[in-house]
Amino acid sequence: MTAALLDVHALRQSFPRADGGEHLVLEGVELSLAQGQIVGLLGRTGSGKSTLLRLIAGLAEPSAGTITYLGEPVHAPAPGIAMVFQSFALFPWLTVLENVQLGLEALGLPEAEIRKRALAAIDLIGLDGYESAFPRELSGGMRQRVGFARALVVHPNILLMDEPFSALDVLTAETLRTDFLELWGDGKLPIKGVILVTHNIEEAVLMCDRILLFSTNPGRIISEITVDLRQPRNRLDPQFRELVEKIYVAMTARTPTPLQIGTGPAATIYTVLPRVSANLLSGLIETLAAPQFHGKADLPVLADELHMDFDELFPVAESLQLLRFAEVEGGDIKLTDTGKQFAELGTDDRKKLFQRQLLAYVPLAAHIRHVLQERAHHGAPKSRFFDELEDHMTSEDAELTLRAVIAWGRYAEVFAYDDDSGTFSLENPT
Amino acid sequence: MRVIVPISVGSWARLFSRWDVLAVLLIVGLLVFLGEASRHLFEPLAELEKQPPSLDPRFLPEYAARTTLRMLVAMVFSLIFTFTYATVAAKSKRAERILIPLLDILQSVPILGFISVTVVFFMALAPGRVLGAEYAAIFAIFTSQAWNMAFSFYQSLRTVPTELEEASRNFRLSAWMKFWRLDVPFAMPQLIWNMMMSMSGSWFFVVASEAISVGNTTVTLPGVGSYIALAIEHQDLKAVAWAIATMLVVILIYDQILFRPLVAWADRFRFEQEAGVLPPRSWVFDVLRRSRIIERLMRPFAVLWRLTLRPRRPDKVDSGKHTLPLAQSRIAFQFGLIIVALGAAALWQIVRFIVEGITLADVGTAILLGFATLARVVVLIAIASVIWVPVGVWVGTHSRAANIVQPVAQFLAAFPANVLFPVVVSLIVLWRLDPNIWLSPLMILGTQWYILFNVIAGAAAIPAELRAVGVNLHVRGWLWWRRIALPAVLPYYVTGAITASGGSWNASIVAEVASWGHEHLQAFGLGAYIAQQTDAGDFHRIVLGIVVMSLFVVVINRLFWRPLYFYAERKFRLG
Repeated sequence: MTAALLDVHALRQSFPRADGGEHLVLEGVELSLAQGQIVGLLGRTGSGKSTLLRLIAGLAEPSAGTITYLGEPVHAPAPGIAMVFQSFALFPWLTVLENVQLGLEALGLPEAEIRKRALAAIDLIGLDGYESAFPRELSGGMRQRVGFARALVVHPNILLMDEPFSALDVLTAETLRTDFLELWGDGKLPIKGVILVTHNIEEAVLMCDRILLFSTNPGRIISEITVDLRQPRNRLDPQFRELVEKIYVAMTARTPTPLQIGTGPAATIYTVLPRVSANLLSGLIETLAAPQFHGKADLPVLADELHMDFDELFPVAESLQLLRFAEVEGGDIKLTDTGKQFAELGTDDRKKLFQRQLLAYVPLAAHIRHVLQERAHHGAPKSRFFDELEDHMTSEDAELTLRAVIAWGRYAEVFAYDDDSGTFSLENPT
Repeated sequence: MRVIVPISVGSWARLFSRWDVLAVLLIVGLLVFLGEASRHLFEPLAELEKQPPSLDPRFLPEYAARTTLRMLVAMVFSLIFTFTYATVAAKSKRAERILIPLLDILQSVPILGFISVTVVFFMALAPGRVLGAEYAAIFAIFTSQAWNMAFSFYQSLRTVPTELEEASRNFRLSAWMKFWRLDVPFAMPQLIWNMMMSMSGSWFFVVASEAISVGNTTVTLPGVGSYIALAIEHQDLKAVAWAIATMLVVILIYDQILFRPLVAWADRFRFEQEAGVLPPRSWVFDVLRRSRIIERLMRPFAVLWRLTLRPRRPDKVDSGKHTLPLAQSRIAFQFGLIIVALGAAALWQIVRFIVEGITLADVGTAILLGFATLARVVVLIAIASVIWVPVGVWVGTHSRAANIVQPVAQFLAAFPANVLFPVVVSLIVLWRLDPNIWLSPLMILGTQWYILFNVIAGAAAIPAELRAVGVNLHVRGWLWWRRIALPAVLPYYVTGAITASGGSWNASIVAEVASWGHEHLQAFGLGAYIAQQTDAGDFHRIVLGIVVMSLFVVVINRLFWRPLYFYAERKFRLG
């Protein structure tokens, strides 16, 4: 292995908050990319992995720490670092060929060479015949191929990929991954290293040589996993499954509040709540209670069964744990007695049980109800609680948390909320 | 097509910011300055050597061509203004704070009343007097076109998708290249739509600005507008009919040759493609696109164009981000200093102006007249709404009717209503009607169509499923209007009504005063006041009238339309 292409040291990124504090997105990130490697950044939404990718791309400046590319610090978009975007980011008014040529035109190359290289890249990535098509005429898979061709044509040393397959359907994504890995394995790609951002665990195991696991709020690297399996890798290979399981365990074990080992610590008024509908909670409880699982399931198996990414599944599991309907440990989820009881009940009794759990274990809901009961008119504006939350979290989180507690509070009939006037009240319209 | 609201709706937390106050100050200061300057320049001006226009319809094609040319020249200036002003506003946070309120206030200035002042100003600047009058006319047209174009461009620049922005930076496009490859294409569909709106609106101005009398001086530029003015003077209804016919033909040609091809071309720049919507077609565009000759003619230009897109220093990384904080604060300080100095100069101008020639009674009169015109605008918008909202909803929910009525309404909006004024005025004279009531409809003649075609667009956008639910649940009659139709079209209606009301204020200057030969009709209102003072050449009171009218428009926009717009957007915007 030769010298590192890229070195990230003690990187930190934060944004000022409304109350004068700061919102920490990334902290203490160390990363090094060697030649010939694919490094995966795996984490949930809000773990700052996309932010890290944009810092490496020079699209933003870090608050502290250094990014060194081939010995030079990165302050602005560097030549030799190209990016593939989740949403493709194609120019809808340019044809496939013009989109691919864009980066070369910016380099100021002679026209003949621009054309030659663009056609070669189009050929390599399997887009011949589509040169004069506009992006809107293409399927998602073909659009992302244009995204790849556009990035590869400038012959970058490092290719940055921001969840490049997550906007595609399962089959298309798999084809594109396989094609990419084949070209990479045969050394046909004019790149020396890849950084892949993903929230799909299997994708990471399938493609990467090293996987960095990120925690949320703030994003920190909690673990590094080396994948030694030979390409092409097989998802059904026991070693592959073992790695997937290992990552699930690592993610559940080390995810910060409220998803902790066992029942987890009690939430406070200022715990950021995930926005998960009561229907989704009931749905997961019912699934877990079904004979197939008998109240206990392996998270990767469950994710497979429900066709959910862990990114989608975790917030639901977290909410169940918060409300003490389930416990999460070592990559497993297990219904509590309350959870099992919930599954047996009819609609009205479920609401009552949910109300009990909500008031007992979500202090914010109890707090709002308490304030409403204290007041003469049994009403309070949303801003009252929003301001209170905003002192402890970003305004976006405060808004999301309030929305979440409103949704649960409405379902449990703990309080009512009128969006037009932005007020909480105790009376339900009759 | 989505229509951009013609007022600034960027932030609605506060109704008036200190930047708005500053903008008002600067603009009023500028008006006063121009008025003052014109007053002094005005004295030595003698009667223009008149090349008397003829009422012979044979001259009409030439007149129409000249009128059209003025508009095109103004359009070129408007585009240059749009690309620079809006870009600076969108790229620099500091400049944005003053430029956008400035634009918002500028939009509210009834430039129609100001033509007289600018005529004198430009005539003094230009070597030949006719040329000066041309400048003034073009300037007037420019002011009727530029603001909403700049607004639309600014709003587009602000909403360029982040990922495309990032892709451009990742592939290290130069600022120039990014502007032409990303910013302009992204803004193009909205910009072209606004260019069409501007063109429609500016027919009104071109007609009004060709025959102006200030005091004893009458300035006449050969064109359709002056032809009509002459026809009025001679009470020649046949000539008026010829002029109307000419305008119809000109607008039709304009639409076919210029705008339809532009719209068809701009379709490729649409960011979201709605499913099931047929792309706009234009035979002219098809011919141009398929023609080999055109392609060959354009090729050298295309090559030259590409050369300008070349990066000059390919490896230079933009250094703008590394400006030292010290330098930053110095720039901020200088910027602040300039703004304060300009504000102070404007204030000084205004104070001196008021002390010199305006009494409190004058101001009172102007404000009182303003309320009279306000009453007219309110009543007219209400009447137009009662008529056109039901019609628009009906048309919009019947797609076949919409396909016919929509282009007709847009065409009517483009037609300069002041061309029709002589017909109406001759009727008022003939039947001895009360001008206070019957002159009023002229104000909304040209602008009511914005309500109609916005409502049609809104009704057409009601999802088929929602309408099906209405049918399924037997929601009929008033309940259907109350629960389905009216809420669904409200955001669109507000957009149309804002345009209509703004336009009506402006039109009041030519609509509250009318003549037919020797008969002079006048209504009680601020528009008539401005027109009257123009005739008298009283620059103090012209400026006073314009300032009062601008303030009326601004205050109504902020206190009424803007909150209504936000309410409608938040509550009733579908999807």
